[in-house]
Amino acid sequence: MMQRRHFVQTLGAGSAVAGLGLLGGCAAGGSGAKVVVVGGGYGGATAAKYVRLFSDYGIDVTLVEPNAAFVSCPISNLVIQGSKTLADVTTPYDNLSKRHGVKVVKDMVTSIDAEKRMVKLASGGELPYDRLILSPGIDFMWETLPGMAKEGAKDKVLHAWKAGAQTVALRKQLEAMPDGGVYALSIPLAPYRCPPGPYERACMVANYFKKAKPKSKVVIFDANDDIQSKKGLFMKAWDEHYKGIIEYRPKHRVTDVDAATNTLKFEFNDDFKASVANVVPAMRAGDLAVKAGLATANARWCEVDFLTFESKAAKNIHVLGDSIQIAPGMPKSGHMANQHGKTCAAAVVNLLQGKAPPQLPIYANTCYSFVTDEDVVHVASVHRYDAEKKTMLTVPGSGGVSVAASELEGRYAMAWARNIWADTLA
Amino acid sequence: MIQMKHALVAGALLAAAVGAQAEVAQIRVWAAACANCHGTMGKAEPGMESLAGKDKDELLQKMLDFKSGKKPATIMHQLSKGYTDEQLQQLAAYFASLKK
Repeated sequence: MMQRRHFVQTLGAGSAVAGLGLLGGCAAGGSGAKVVVVGGGYGGATAAKYVRLFSDYGIDVTLVEPNAAFVSCPISNLVIQGSKTLADVTTPYDNLSKRHGVKVVKDMVTSIDAEKRMVKLASGGELPYDRLILSPGIDFMWETLPGMAKEGAKDKVLHAWKAGAQTVALRKQLEAMPDGGVYALSIPLAPYRCPPGPYERACMVANYFKKAKPKSKVVIFDANDDIQSKKGLFMKAWDEHYKGIIEYRPKHRVTDVDAATNTLKFEFNDDFKASVANVVPAMRAGDLAVKAGLATANARWCEVDFLTFESKAAKNIHVLGDSIQIAPGMPKSGHMANQHGKTCAAAVVNLLQGKAPPQLPIYANTCYSFVTDEDVVHVASVHRYDAEKKTMLTVPGSGGVSVAASELEGRYAMAWARNIWADTLA
Repeated sequence: MIQMKHALVAGALLAAAVGAQAEVAQIRVWAAACANCHGTMGKAEPGMESLAGKDKDELLQKMLDFKSGKKPATIMHQLSKGYTDEQLQQLAAYFASLKK
């Protein structure tokens, strides 16, 4: 902040040369400027690629990501169902380097120095930036489930809400469960990552049970008053395909878990002991964003300027993806994070050249959910910037859901996945 | 706000001094929003239609037909309604200008 004011004053005196001198090692204006992106999910990987594309490869981009490869949450419920493997939803990062010249650093950012414009890495190194893009996804509010702090609890009662090792582990728990068992899935109060995800997961587990363990049951405990997305379509699928298998219980907020006995405890209802307990805890912005003081909305989500995704709490730091305080009607989804990444990338490229960001962002969200291993339903929306309200609003008359589940949309769902993985990472 | 304007002017001077690339135009970002399904720069993976290098008028007509409901779709009738006819025209011209 100090630096910025100083910089403006100096240039206000009318000397561009003095300005250049003042900036020292940190390059300004397009070519040679440094952008650091933290988090290689749908938001961060897209932002990294598109800063390179939009700057005609003039801006230096470093992506910091601890995982060796990208694992997609969308489609990962099919790994739990058993028709896909984790490899099917995994994409390496190497094309970002090979094709687009993004420097991919396998590391974690431990702290941000906004004054010095520098991030510290877990390995001990430091990376300077002109603009920082954070896409840290979500982390869980474990403090809302005291029993989960017990040793081993988190390895026994899984969330599988970050695709990867837990996805495979949950599949193994279901495989090991005897026929006649009960799988319990708990859903936190909205907002949470992927609004239709839990209901799709219930379908996929029930689909597996129907084929392999027909005496088994799925019980959904939803903290919300009702199904959060594609309600009619999910209810129809449960009725048509999973009658007697799936039971839906709204207004059931889990307040604690006894992992040793797979028991869920609720605010108002009796305890429930499951054979496999899958607890999706309440969520907030990723740890890094919270630690950096960027989660200004209820200490959970990061408020941003929707023209640039610049944090409202810190200059030159942009936040996107599931970590942000969403605009009305905007879901926390991978598709949306990819769109944030492009809007942010364009703004960053322009701002680094001293130009205004594009003033009318318009982008869509499309979200496919499997209700059987072949039949799919979707929800779609179009979001447009409202200059007066300074937020993204859904365009009246646009968007909607499927008329009915279909195999055709099943094929589109997989084509969507191939395309967004390529658009984000290839 | 005034600070912001100052910074923009200052930055523009600097950009001129160091010889930067062109600014990103709005249409490029609108088109990028289609890339999730239709591929980066309009070149799609199998199972979705590529838009790069398509005939401008045909592309526009298709979008207008999705929008009016004349052409049936699973999703495009819902997405096309999010754009004005002028915006669709600009998008069609942009995709037509891209290399196949």
